[in-house]
Amino acid sequence: MFWKSTYNELIKIIAKPRSYIGLGAITLIIAIILFAMRLDGMTYLSFITQLFDQSLSFQGNILNGNLVAFIILQMLIVHIPLLIALVTGDLISGEAAMGTIRLLLTKPISRTGIFFSKYLAGCIYTFVILVWIGFLALGVSKFVFGTGDLMILKSEGLVIMQEQDIFWRFLSAFGIAYLGLIMIATLSITLSCFSENSIGPIVLTMAIIILFTIIGALDVSILDNVRPFLFTTHMSTWNSFFENPLPTEQIIRSAILLLLQIGGLLGIALYKFNRKDILS
Amino acid sequence: MTFSSEKIIEVKHLVKHYGKFKALEDVSFEVYKGDVLGFLGPNGAGKSTTIRAILSLIKPTGGEIKLFGKDPVKDHKYIFSRIGCIVEKPDFYLYLSAQKNLEIFARLTGVELKKNRITEIIDFVGLKGREKDKLKGFSNGMKQRLGIAQTLIHDPELIILDEPTTGLDPQGILDIRNLILQLKDEYNKTILLSSHLLSEIELIANRMVIINKGKTLVQGSVADLLNEQELIVSFTLDDIEKARSLLASFGIEKQFITINQNNLLLQISNDKIPAVNKLFCDNAIKVFSIETTRKLEDYFLKLINN
Repeated sequence: MFWKSTYNELIKIIAKPRSYIGLGAITLIIAIILFAMRLDGMTYLSFITQLFDQSLSFQGNILNGNLVAFIILQMLIVHIPLLIALVTGDLISGEAAMGTIRLLLTKPISRTGIFFSKYLAGCIYTFVILVWIGFLALGVSKFVFGTGDLMILKSEGLVIMQEQDIFWRFLSAFGIAYLGLIMIATLSITLSCFSENSIGPIVLTMAIIILFTIIGALDVSILDNVRPFLFTTHMSTWNSFFENPLPTEQIIRSAILLLLQIGGLLGIALYKFNRKDILS
Repeated sequence: MTFSSEKIIEVKHLVKHYGKFKALEDVSFEVYKGDVLGFLGPNGAGKSTTIRAILSLIKPTGGEIKLFGKDPVKDHKYIFSRIGCIVEKPDFYLYLSAQKNLEIFARLTGVELKKNRITEIIDFVGLKGREKDKLKGFSNGMKQRLGIAQTLIHDPELIILDEPTTGLDPQGILDIRNLILQLKDEYNKTILLSSHLLSEIELIANRMVIINKGKTLVQGSVADLLNEQELIVSFTLDDIEKARSLLASFGIEKQFITINQNNLLLQISNDKIPAVNKLFCDNAIKVFSIETTRKLEDYFLKLINN
């Protein structure tokens, strides 16, 4: 019954027009970035290269698919949470708003079963979004710009990674970014359990992300103890995979913190959903 | 009349409070196998709350509910694979077609369905030809039909219909009534039917429960409960004055309700009608017609107002 329910949830996600807003927006943004880079990428790159003109000589295809993919990820990672919350925040409260929750909960499947089938469908949707980003950012970029070494400007200097050393980093970066996005999906589904309308959880999820991001960015010592526990702090951990040497300890700490927070939110969501009086 | 002694629904002293608001204070009733139980009460009486509690959509504050002799929370899967229901209005996924909606709910019934079951049920509720249409364009009546299709798709033993005729036009009400009658007569389903339309209940139900202010007022066979009350009987006669003095001489003048032209309205019990008729005939008063105006509505209003 659980798998049938998950299949149902996927059908609903596929049939909802709002599910394509994310895919459409991502496609449009990446298309614009690719077009702009194709048109004037070298000017963009010259901002980096001119800093090192005196000491380094750049040879080969430096405006390549790997660099463009990295730029795209940096630009997109801020916006994807909204696109995820748009669908996952609606999974339970949307049923309440439509009234279909009454029919769902009078079927021979437990509330826990319904919750997890919706959650799994939300995770699959998040995965599809990420795979789509990966395909466009990495696949199409490489097709358009070719491959080459990845050159990243960091605060501590210029990091250059060899072409054969890049793919696994992208793969791992996508992995930890997925965990961050699952955190967003879990947060919005949890808020969805408390709401009877579909807009509330989406707006609240975004409000929490903005608030946590501001707290994370504020250089105030009183917040130093709070910052490491904010999930938004760990959502940019994917960047760590493009450092040499790899900050393994920091990556593991981020993954554990995200997993713990996901687990905690799931517990709250299940508690609420299983005890909720359906009054809609 | 009770069709069976097997209790399908058993509600005992059901209580539901929302903070200080007491939605249900003491609701008790039973639904037996084969019953069509009319569940009546004015707005805010607690009908929908009771149905939601029966279907585990809300958690009761107190009391006990048993479906098929089992606890609906502990034996959720067993019980809900045997129930079909509409709670308040049949809400569906408007962005999906009628067929897709039914497929979604059919997958969750826990019953292995025949391949053509959805086509069969769409045909049964009269939606053939519209199954591929998205629900955005469906009228209330069509959604109600689809709601009934959804309740019947897995051929459940118990059907719970909460206000199935709400928002329908007279033709829609008639169609839904006929569907319910068909379920009762041809398929012998046990039905719990909540409705504002007392005439519907009178036509369809064999038993009824009336609740008000969260408490059960009365339950029993529709025929028995209505027979308990005195009827308003209209006699069309050729000589009203003679009839009146005749009745007065028998000491039942207090039961006159009114006299108008050729009609004499009396408030008498069902078993007294033949005697009164015989009295008129024996005294050469022509009786052109006898009409009972007893309605469930009268009974209901009397009970609620008391």
